[in-house]
Amino acid sequence: MGLFTELKDSISRVTDRLFAEEEPKRIGIYGPPNAGKTTLANRIARDWTGDAVGAESHIPHETRRARRKENVEIERNGKSVTIDIVDTPGVTTKVDYEEFTDEMDEDDAIRRSREATEGVAEAMHWLREDVDGVIYVLDSAEDPITQVNTMLIGIIESRDLPVLIFANKIDLDEASVKRIEDAFPQHKTVPLSAKEGENMDEVYANIAEYFG
Amino acid sequence: MPKATNTDDPDAPDGVQIDLISGERMDGMATMEKIRMILDGVHDGNIVILEEGLTPDEESRLIEVTMAEISPDEFNGIEIETYPKSETRNSSLLGRIMGGDESAAKLTVIGPANQIETLHKDETLISALVSRD
Ligand SMILES: Nc1nc2c(ncn2[C@@H]2O[C@H](COP(=O)(O)OP(=O)(O)OP(=O)(O)O)[C@@H](O)[C@H]2O)c(=O)[nH]1
Ligand SMILES: [Mg+2]
Repeated sequence: MGLFTELKDSISRVTDRLFAEEEPKRIGIYGPPNAGKTTLANRIARDWTGDAVGAESHIPHETRRARRKENVEIERNGKSVTIDIVDTPGVTTKVDYEEFTDEMDEDDAIRRSREATEGVAEAMHWLREDVDGVIYVLDSAEDPITQVNTMLIGIIESRDLPVLIFANKIDLDEASVKRIEDAFPQHKTVPLSAKEGENMDEVYANIAEYFG
Repeated sequence: MPKATNTDDPDAPDGVQIDLISGERMDGMATMEKIRMILDGVHDGNIVILEEGLTPDEESRLIEVTMAEISPDEFNGIEIETYPKSETRNSSLLGRIMGGDESAAKLTVIGPANQIETLHKDETLISALVSRD
């Protein structure tokens, strides 16, 4: 075997490893505003890399740009997966800046709503072009059957993306995981509290199993 | 002394316009033509009803374009409700609502977010309140 072929072989072995096996899956965290997407992204990033992804807030549309945490390696039960976590702005079909004027002055509220609309548009774009799988986060204390959830799950399904539904905020008294399971029987639902760190073992086992 | 201000356009119609658009009319249109037609109607304060709805990809673009057009005090976005046609009795109703059968045409109602409010929705009924202004 000539030097050239040998070299080519070893280069292709390296590139195979770089681009096939090790290529992280880009997992988008989607869901309505305030569901706890950033709280979840931060918990995952902190548990496996030590640092956080972005700011959490009780005011909807806190996340207004898709934010990425790269190369998060998650291992559970002998399965391992390397993912890029993309925390996205909560998706909606309407934004009214007056909803924020109780919390901030009008200029800031207008700026927040403008950034929110740009962020939602960007999140939709990512969903069509740039993600390999989706974690769909819902607040278990809220009715899951909304038009936005219906449309987004439909969009995700039409792109044949693997999706896990995360029923978040199970620490709340009003939480109902069953309501979410009944609404999306065609998908796996994983209950958790991102804030309290409840059931994270099952969360990681499912991520490793499903996206690995 | 200022006159009593009535900022309403005196020529504006009193009622709410409803456009019912047939599947046939939508068939020949490109995605962006459909979205433009819907949003132009909604910007005029109309309620747009599509006999056959949009594909998931078109819905995703509708959200994206709607976001680009939201403007403080002028346009807050859209309210949208869909209703699956019941021809596919084999799958469960929820399965169909949740987009399990993506080819199933679905009746779709779209209106300006500040004018239309969904009061109630269940398996057989959507009830919405439409206000002027
Ligand atoms: N009780 C409870 N609250 C939670 C949980 N997870 C998040 N929250 C709270 O829910 C609120 C919203 O959390 P975020 O993580 O900012 O939500 P988000 O989905 O990123 O919201 P946007 O970026 O605005 O779309 C914050 O006040 C969080 O503390 C949870 O598991 N339980
Ligand atoms: Mg967020």
